[in-house]
Amino acid sequence: MELNNPKAKRITWWQKNQIKISPWIFLAPGLIFFSIYVIAPIFVSIGISFYQWDGLSPSIYVGLQNYIELLDDEYFYISLWNNLKWLIFFMLAVPIGLGLAIFLNQIVFGIRLIKSLFFFPFVISQVVIGLIFTWFYQPNYGVIAPFLNFIGLEGFSILANENTATYGIIFAGLYPQIAYCLILYLTGLNNINPEQIEAGRMDGAKGFHLFWNIVLPQLRHATFLAIVVTVIGALRSFDMVAIMTQGGPYGYSNVLAYYMFEQALSEYGYRMGYGSAIATVLFTIMMFYILFFIYRMYRNEREDNN
Amino acid sequence: MFPTPIHQRPIVNQYIYKIFLPISLIIWLIPIFGILMTSIRGLGDITAGNMWGIPSEFLLFSNLYDVFTNTPMIKYTLNSFKVTIPTMLGAVALSCMTGFALANYKFKTNLIIFFIFIAGNFVPFQILMIPVRDLTFKIGLYNTITGLVLFHVAFQTGFCTLFMRNFIKALPQELIEAARMDGASEFRIFWKIILPLTRPAIAALCVLIFTFIWNDYFWATVLIQGDHAMPITAGLKSLNGQWITAYHLLSTGSIVAAIPPVIMFFLMQKHFIAGLTLGATKG
Repeated sequence: MELNNPKAKRITWWQKNQIKISPWIFLAPGLIFFSIYVIAPIFVSIGISFYQWDGLSPSIYVGLQNYIELLDDEYFYISLWNNLKWLIFFMLAVPIGLGLAIFLNQIVFGIRLIKSLFFFPFVISQVVIGLIFTWFYQPNYGVIAPFLNFIGLEGFSILANENTATYGIIFAGLYPQIAYCLILYLTGLNNINPEQIEAGRMDGAKGFHLFWNIVLPQLRHATFLAIVVTVIGALRSFDMVAIMTQGGPYGYSNVLAYYMFEQALSEYGYRMGYGSAIATVLFTIMMFYILFFIYRMYRNEREDNN
Repeated sequence: MFPTPIHQRPIVNQYIYKIFLPISLIIWLIPIFGILMTSIRGLGDITAGNMWGIPSEFLLFSNLYDVFTNTPMIKYTLNSFKVTIPTMLGAVALSCMTGFALANYKFKTNLIIFFIFIAGNFVPFQILMIPVRDLTFKIGLYNTITGLVLFHVAFQTGFCTLFMRNFIKALPQELIEAARMDGASEFRIFWKIILPLTRPAIAALCVLIFTFIWNDYFWATVLIQGDHAMPITAGLKSLNGQWITAYHLLSTGSIVAAIPPVIMFFLMQKHFIAGLTLGATKG
């Protein structure tokens, strides 16, 4: 009897604690991986931003020097300002996506295929989209060349002009982003409660009034998600800039994401510390949105549990 | 239904709608038509500025031949598959487990861990760039496909966990309770009950991850330098530098790069949209 005891005890210990230990066994691989590659690097980067470092020789602690230099860096302000333009004009994807969704939310012959064709710029790589639009904008061989000639801007290069380059890139970026918002809103429209719409119609609501007071509130989840992904897309804009202008002309179409890359990892120099300082600024801006998103999820979780 | 179904509208409106629908589609797809048309042209048309007219020659196959034989395009495409598919499998496997853990067990730090996964998923890549590149160097995986895959798996686990956790949480709790009553171990519950039920979620994640990773450009530039490991997005960009105004080749190359995710999308459209709109209805 006594010989069997330890074994019996162990089984009960495992049975007793299984529920407590199992989650950690399931979590371990993912959490460890994620911590090493995503969480820890955030702090390491913030740390590097206080150093001067070329990636090879020993780093030198410089305190806030990198940030002080940022405050005087004209190109930093240009990039920051361009990020703001991205945030504002990229937002157009949300109402345009909604408009298209309403336009396409019908049952007619072939509508499923038409919807898919509207979606699919979203699945194409931004590199490809960027290349297509760069070619479109070419002053001589480009697609819009005839149009430019027509309005008397012969040979005008949108991407080589410091006032128009950023808008040219944003316009190209809107193409897949509108498709994304369209997908979100079409799903949202599908999930609308038809009884409320009918009730609204009974009460004489129609047209814009019906849309604004009854439909739009029901689409708030789609709207929230569309805004979140668009803000993040705007702040993350890197691919398009890298493909279309590489920040040019003279840094006038730069954004923080690309400027950081340029400072830290390109022929312009390997300034890891300065690059990290730019990244930290971008991260701080993004953090506001992330915290807002998480706060909202937290609220929903609490509602679910009550 | 909103807006009012078109067949309840006056007949005139119906016709206007049916005329406008294809017109809007054509306008929307102009960029796509542009590269499709150009991919069948020859250099003659390009230099003559014949962008929208009828192609003077049909050279699609010769362009394809050019792209595949004179450039490392085949290598790039293969590399993209070698990066994309292991990432897809890895991230889905890890997130099935993390999602299950976060959806099924109550413990103090549950929500905090969940939020860490979500927050990490949204951070700008630039804040990770230098340490990740450094780490990849140190473990000897810089400029290798494995190095790129390891990072992608880790990063995508964030998004996949968010998705899986919410999906598993919505499954009926009674199933798990009943299995526990019968004395099934937690691993058995995970393997025999939860995993089979998450099949639609796994399908959705697979298509999404495939598209995200196939289209990744940033990490491919940061972690890869040589042609031997370069995926197609970065490859296309470097070819763009060589081709300069050879738009017919550029278009053909772009189409090659776009085809796999487009096929994936059309085959798995339902799953793709279900994945993307996670939270559009709730959350």
